Amino acid sequence: MSMNNQGRPTDIRSASNSAVPDTVTGNRGLQIEEPLIFEQDASGRCGVDLPEMPAVASRLGAVKPRAKVGLPGLAEPQVVRHYTRLSQKNYAIDSGLYPLGSCTMKHNPRLNEKMARLPGFSDVHPLQPESTVQGALELMAELGRWLTTLTGMAAVTLAPAAGAHGEMCGIMAIRSAHEAKGDTGRTKILVPESAHGTNPATAAACGYSVEAIPATEDGRVDLEALKAKLGPDVAGLMLTNPNTCGLFERDIITIAEAVHAAGAYFYCDGANFNAIVGRVRPADLGIDVMHINLHKTFSTPHGGGGPGSGPVVFAESLAPFVPVPYVVQEKDGSFRLVEQAGDGPAFGRMKAFHGQMGMFVRALSYMMSHGADGLRQVANDAVLNANYVLASLKDVMTPSFDGPCMHECLFDDRFLKGTGVTTLDIAKALIDEGFHPMTMYFPLVVHGALLIEPTETESKAGLDQFVTALRALAERAKSGDAEYFQAAPRLTPRRRLDETAAARKPVLRWTPEAAVEKVAAE
Amino acid sequence: MRYLPLTEADRRSMLAAIRASTVDDLFRDVPKAARLSGPIEGLPNHMGELEVERSLSAMAGRNLPAGSVPSFLGAGSYRHHIPATVDHLVQRGEFLTAYTPYQPEVSQGTLQVLFEFQTQVSLLTGMDVANASMYDGATACAEAVMMANRVTRRKKAILSGGLHPHYRDTTTTDARFIGFETVVMPAAPTGGEDLLSQVDGDTSCVVVQNPDVFGHVRDYTELGKACQAKGVLLIVVVTEAVSLGLLTPPGEMGADIVAAEGQSLGNALNFGGPYVGLFAVKEKLVRQMPGRLCGQTVDADGRRGFVLTLSTREQHIRREKATSNICTNAGLCALAFSIHLSLLGEEGFTQLARLNHAKAVQLADKLGAVKGVEIVNDSFFNEFTVKLPKPAAEVVERLAERRILAGVPASRLFAGELEDLLIVAATETNTESDMDAFAKALAEVLS
Repeated sequence: MSMNNQGRPTDIRSASNSAVPDTVTGNRGLQIEEPLIFEQDASGRCGVDLPEMPAVASRLGAVKPRAKVGLPGLAEPQVVRHYTRLSQKNYAIDSGLYPLGSCTMKHNPRLNEKMARLPGFSDVHPLQPESTVQGALELMAELGRWLTTLTGMAAVTLAPAAGAHGEMCGIMAIRSAHEAKGDTGRTKILVPESAHGTNPATAAACGYSVEAIPATEDGRVDLEALKAKLGPDVAGLMLTNPNTCGLFERDIITIAEAVHAAGAYFYCDGANFNAIVGRVRPADLGIDVMHINLHKTFSTPHGGGGPGSGPVVFAESLAPFVPVPYVVQEKDGSFRLVEQAGDGPAFGRMKAFHGQMGMFVRALSYMMSHGADGLRQVANDAVLNANYVLASLKDVMTPSFDGPCMHECLFDDRFLKGTGVTTLDIAKALIDEGFHPMTMYFPLVVHGALLIEPTETESKAGLDQFVTALRALAERAKSGDAEYFQAAPRLTPRRRLDETAAARKPVLRWTPEAAVEKVAAE
Repeated sequence: MRYLPLTEADRRSMLAAIRASTVDDLFRDVPKAARLSGPIEGLPNHMGELEVERSLSAMAGRNLPAGSVPSFLGAGSYRHHIPATVDHLVQRGEFLTAYTPYQPEVSQGTLQVLFEFQTQVSLLTGMDVANASMYDGATACAEAVMMANRVTRRKKAILSGGLHPHYRDTTTTDARFIGFETVVMPAAPTGGEDLLSQVDGDTSCVVVQNPDVFGHVRDYTELGKACQAKGVLLIVVVTEAVSLGLLTPPGEMGADIVAAEGQSLGNALNFGGPYVGLFAVKEKLVRQMPGRLCGQTVDADGRRGFVLTLSTREQHIRREKATSNICTNAGLCALAFSIHLSLLGEEGFTQLARLNHAKAVQLADKLGAVKGVEIVNDSFFNEFTVKLPKPAAEVVERLAERRILAGVPASRLFAGELEDLLIVAATETNTESDMDAFAKALAEVLS
């Protein structure tokens, strides 16, 4: 290989040909191997200095103090380095496109983080006297006003901790409403085949049997099949709109009318609200109840799997059943928190305290930043970006349905037929290209699904690069290079992991015994 | 609009590429009757950072931050000092803005954190295995009861009168809609209760709390043995995780499931959320557990790595047959918990627990010396109940006017009952002069 006098290769090809060398440490440049925190223990070392202990006699009663917990001792610099190194093994929306369909991975503005950390919000105890938390209650009321206005709904609860928790809340309200009418014969919830797994899981958890509704050729609910299943034994319909094929349910008003005519209620899974926020109010579609994922549409960070927040909005039909706690404004302008269900139709509490306040602050900060005009633009750009990706890929991949999509576009694996390459392989090869994979094998209504949701916070140049990568991979797969895909990813901190082994003999924690065995084996 | 990268020129060229004349064409499937022609009415238009910050700061200013005054509230939410390192690391974008680690090759950071978190929770609770966290302590409690129902194939839970009322209500809400029975014991702020007499052949579990909501420290070892003899699961709830640095862990008392709140470590008060539910079980119950689990495995090159595992219990695989409808965990709050605990380590964590207890003893001595005030507890960790000669809610209001946050009136939790009881907590954040100010103001208000 020819080099210049600083030791750098002069020819780019000879540089890329050089194999990654084995290193003594196992580290690879910026990728640093990091042992478990338990493997860095030194007895007596500590990362905090605590205040002095007052000399008092113990009042623990008959209980003996605990002898040992078993935690490792590290100093602060080690802790900082440990978590910094771990963070560098993660993909994140801050570092790149996250095209996960039905997950709405959009930019997380840092203003929201700053606002949530104002001591007036973060350092307030949930059970302080109401007179000392008027601003916090006002924020909850204001967030509620934005959510009911954007959805056209009559009432809201902010309590549910996540989307699935919001679904639970909605189904409980539906059940309450039927019970209030003395209508106890309704044992079924109808759920389309394309629904998120949480929908049937929620309905089943609430004691309903779940009936699947098939999809039509064009990816929508089969209206005739739905009508055939509606009857006096159906409590409600759970529908995602836009649905998980990225399509708007054109017949939604007819669907709502049919559901209501059968005496049932219409639940909408609001996971895909980003496609229509500011352009359509769900109440105008005949929806009775809908949850909203603040961590999707309203940008609160996913945090590696939570915390979420799943407020639920209710039409007049279900408004009396909104669970406690909720905020009301008194005539004098002050805010009050209703914490006890009492004898009214409202049902009881779903979690401790008043909901995910930290997420409320972030979501309101996001909404105020966008305003009514900006939110409408969010939906426009989200839908435009998805359609641009669809149009740019449709000649090399196989779109599942004709026509424009909403905020996400769905492909199936027909374009991979006979190549020996699977949807999963494409996704893993995409990782080597520097992108997080799209949602795979969901929805279940198409074979080998690839569901792409770019969101509105991606630039055109970013989308073009993604499209270029995916086109190249699709063409490479068709050219018969299956081995390349099956070995991907190669450039990540870890290559494909053995998930079967993990489930067969679960190792779910570090143990000192395992460490001893390891030393013995070596 | 600062968050939207598309320029008007981009939009035009993209519309041309997809052969649409306007963006409205893309919404053609929306029924005409439901289409809005312009921005929704009744909401303001977009604002700059400066305006948003001004408006929200004004709202925040209408609250009294607990840290700005002497504050003694607990009852399931505790004000501890959080080292600066915790929030710095939590705000790293690679943690903050990552998705659930379903793609393990690009999520080893989050996954290793969860594996370490599960180990830490197992150690604290004295249990075999913990999951990757739940929404909060109350929902963890309700899920524990439902899990006990599945394991025992019975449908009745006995809830102690010492259980935090929000945990009790979260569980009874699920009971009503999901269809199981609960026996709720009356609040017993002073004495014990006979839980065993409630147990019958339909009972799946007994739910107790330690320290209980009034602050009493309990030993449930005998109860655990009796439950085991009857095939009934013992569920132990812990709302103050710091107590696990000093008290006998639930695992040593024979708990089958531990449902706890982890907010005390790494997480601010946040007016009640987001918090982090801890959930730990005995080894043999692992496959009946709700929530995400992270497990160790190897990659294609044989190197140690981590993945989400046993997901055949979960809704995205099992749909209506899942063990729970839960999808999210409290990832970032679990991370904060884990970092704080890593900083504390064995020495720091056990010392912090001792310090909290000592602070509470000091406070109890000072409040007990106030005329008319009676300390109800024989034992406590960092929280206890005092009996007042006046309604506690009224006293708390009067003290708030004097800029002291005195504690939680029991009547707020028990729907108007137990009016004369005040639940008071002390942590390492309370100085002796805070306590003196509290005792002095209390004496004035009561005189």
